[in-house]
Order: sequence, then C-alpha cells, then structure tokens
Amino acid sequence: MTGHVNILYFAALREQLGRESQQVPLSANGQSVADLLRVLRQHDAMLDEVFAATPRIRVAVNQKLGGFDTCVQPGDELAFFPPMTGG
Amino acid sequence: MSVRVLVQQAAFDTGAETARLSSLSDHIGGMGLFIGQVRGGDGLLSLTLEHYPGMTETILNQLAQEGMQRFSLLGCTVIHRVGRLKVGEPIVLVGTAAAHRGAALSATSFLIDRLKTGAPFWKKEEFANGHAAWVDAREEDEHAAATWGQMPPSSS
Repeated sequence: MTGHVNILYFAALREQLGRESQQVPLSANGQSVADLLRVLRQHDAMLDEVFAATPRIRVAVNQKLGGFDTCVQPGDELAFFPPMTGG
Repeated sequence: MSVRVLVQQAAFDTGAETARLSSLSDHIGGMGLFIGQVRGGDGLLSLTLEHYPGMTETILNQLAQEGMQRFSLLGCTVIHRVGRLKVGEPIVLVGTAAAHRGAALSATSFLIDRLKTGAPFWKKEEFANGHAAWVDAREEDEHAAATWGQMPPSSS
C-alpha cells in the first residue's frame, strides 16, 4: 500500500454520485489521475456511469486545475467537477 | 491592501465598496464596476451557487493580482456570493480603480470574463414548477475568457 488520496466531487457530479468526498488507496507509485480514475471506474459501477454521462469533467490536484496526466502522490487532494459557471 | 477578494453568503454594499476603492490613492482617475445579478425569466425562482472553498479564494486572488499587473490598477475588488440567491439579487461585484478609464474598464471586463469560467463556482437553477437543473457552461463565456489569453502557469 502506498497511501491514500482524498477525492472531492462538486455540483452535478456530487449530486449524482450522492457523495461529496471519498478516501481512495493508491495501488501503485507514479499513477496519474487517469490511471487512478480507470481503476476506480472498474470497481465502482455508479462512478463509471456518472463519469461516462458527464461531458468535459475537470480535475484539480491540490486545489490547482490540472490535466488527467498529473501524477498523484499520497496525501493529495483531488477534485472532479463539471465546467465552472460562476459570475 | 489594494486587492480585496471575498467569497460570502451575505449581500455586499456597493456604495461602501466603491468608496473604499476610490479612497485607495490620489492617483485614481477612474473606476470600473460590474455587478452581476440573478436574471429572471422562464419561471426561474433562484440560483444556488456552490463553490470549492479554498481553491476559489486562491484563484480569485491570482486573477486579481494578474489584473493589477496587466492593467496597472491602483486597486481592485472581487466579491462573489454563494448559497441560494433569488431573482434580482446581486451575485458578484468586480470593481477596479486606475489612473485612466481605459484600464479600469478593460480590467473590469477581464476579471469578470475570466472569473466566469476559471473560478470554481457552479450554478443550479430552481424554477417555479419545481424543476431544478445545473447550469451548463456556455461556449460564449469560454470564448470571452479566451480572448484575454491563456492563464499563466501557476508559480508555486
């Protein structure tokens, strides 16, 4: 085991998943956000369904907008959310 | 401090905010002000604004600092409300102070254009018939933000 990351969901994602956060174990070193998400979706049918149905999901790593190729470290805070609609 | 950024549920006092901006420096020759409010129509009752606490404040501060440098502002204020807001209620205030009107007006557009698609806020609409739905991002908003160029890479 190489530690955990905390995942946050916002707006429509949070609502459809029925959860605002979850702790997830990292299964390998050097995983990207995309790698982690692939594993999560394989084990969580609801997450897979919601992510498949939501276009243009954004990710932030440690509260910074990033790409799905961003490397994930133990203790990181990940957030997934739809495109932002402020103002 | 010449940059003022707030994320809050409470309403803001536009008069007090512009007075504060105008008193920041004797070199101020003009101020720009934008106030966004909940637009009614189609039976809309309210908007509920959700945000990502922490990240929102960081992004708004970065945006305000970028505006200060890019337009040589003498002061700028960004206040964004969260929570449930009824039709007609103010959502956001962007105020800028500069030596001349051009910089103040451009900086105001810059800040609101960038904020709409670049700061982690999400709007949910609630209608009189009981229907509720998250607002989709609009392409024209993304184009407006893009006209100001790419976000600079984060420094940290």
